[in-house]
Amino acid sequence: MRNYLILLVFVGILTGTIISCQDANRIQYDMYYTNGRDLYISYCQNCHGAKGEGLAALAPPLTDTTYLKTNKTKMACYIKNGLTDTIVVNGTRYEGKMPAENFANIDIAQIIVYVTNSFGNKQGNYSQEQIAADLNNCK
Amino acid sequence: MSPTIYLHSVTIQFVTLQYKLVEMKLIDNILTPILLTAILLTSGCKEEKSLPIMGNAPIADFNFLNQDSVSITNNTFKDKIYIADFFFTSCTSICPIMHRNMKAIYDEYKDNTNVMFLSHTIDFKYDTPSKLKEYAQKLGVDGSKWQFAYGSKESIYNIAEKSYLSAVIEDTSAKESYIHQGYLLLIDKQKRMRGAYDGTKDEQVALLKRDLQLLLTEEKKK
Ligand code: HEC
Repeated sequence: MRNYLILLVFVGILTGTIISCQDANRIQYDMYYTNGRDLYISYCQNCHGAKGEGLAALAPPLTDTTYLKTNKTKMACYIKNGLTDTIVVNGTRYEGKMPAENFANIDIAQIIVYVTNSFGNKQGNYSQEQIAADLNNCK
Repeated sequence: MSPTIYLHSVTIQFVTLQYKLVEMKLIDNILTPILLTAILLTSGCKEEKSLPIMGNAPIADFNFLNQDSVSITNNTFKDKIYIADFFFTSCTSICPIMHRNMKAIYDEYKDNTNVMFLSHTIDFKYDTPSKLKEYAQKLGVDGSKWQFAYGSKESIYNIAEKSYLSAVIEDTSAKESYIHQGYLLLIDKQKRMRGAYDGTKDEQVALLKRDLQLLLTEEKKK
C-alpha cells in the first residue's frame, strides 16, 4: 500500500512536470504565433495576402502545405536573403522576386511559426536555434 | 459626420505630402492632422449625394505608350469612367496591395464597358512597355480595359502633380528609389477627378467602390 502511494506521488510529480513543460512550450508557441502574425501583416501580407492566397502570378500562395513542409529549412533563407528563382507552388510556376528583409533570428522564427501554422498548414513550433542552423546552410 | 467619408474630398491638401513607401507605419501618424484639417474644411458641406469635383481643370491631354507599345491618349478613355494610379513594377511595398484592390474592382466590372483602368509607371528607366506587359499578364490582366502607361519622366511626373494632384518624386537615397502615394483616383467621363482614395486601406477602397457606383448612376441619369 505504501509503495503504491509513493508510486502515485511519483507519477503525479512526473505528469505535473510534463504538463508544465508543455505549458511552457504552448506559451512560447502562442507568443511566437501572435508576434509572427503581426510581422506577417507588416511585411508579407501585401504580397502573400491576408489568407496566404498570394497575388495572381506575382506572388505565390502560402497554402501549399507540401511545398512549405519540404522547404521549411529554406524558409529562413528566403525571408532573410530574398528569393529570385523559378519555383512551382500549387502547380503554378512563379518567376518573381521576393525582397530580402534583415530580420533578427527571433523574428524569423516567429514569422515561420505563424506561416507554417496558418493557411491550412500545421507544423508546430520552430526555434531560434533552428533558424540559426538554417541560415548557416543558405545557398 | 464621419471624417473618412470626407477625407477624399480634400486631396488637394495632400499635394505636398509625401511619405516613403517603406515607412508605411508612419501613415497613421501623418493622417491624423490631415484628418483634422479635413473635418474643419468640410464641416460646411454636408451634401453627400453628388461627388465633389477636385482640382480646377480636367485631366490634361496626354500621350503615352501602353503595355502593347501602342500610343494611348485622352481619347482612349473617351466616355469612360476610369480609375487611375501611379506605381512601378518593382515596388514591393504598397503597390501589391493597391493592385490587389484594383484588380478586385477590375474583376467586378469586367463586363461593364463604361469603366476602365489606367496605371502609370513612375519608373521610366526600368518599366518599359514590355516590362509592363509582363506585369499585366502576371496580374491576370488582359486586353484593353486596364491600360498601363509608359511615358517620359517629365510627362508622367507633370500629369501626376498637375492633373491628378498626386506627388511623385525620385529619391535616390531611399531603398525603393521612388516616393509616391498609394492613391486610387476616380475620374469621370468629363475627365474630372471626383475622388482620391488610399488604395492600401480597405475602408477607403470600399468608399471608392461606392463612389464609382454613384458616378455610374449619375451618368446614367443624364
Ligand atoms: C514584394 C512581394 C513579397 C513580399 C513582401 C514577400 N514575398 Fe514571399 N515571395 C514573393 C515572391 C514573388 C515569391 C516567389 C519568388 C520566386 O519566384 O523565386 C515568394 C516566395 C515565398 C515563399 C516560397 C514559396 C511559397 O509560396 O511557399 C515563401 C515561404 C515566402 N515567400 C514567404 C514570405 C514571408 C514569410 C514574407 C514576409 C517576411 C514574404 N514572403 C514577403 C513575394 C513577396
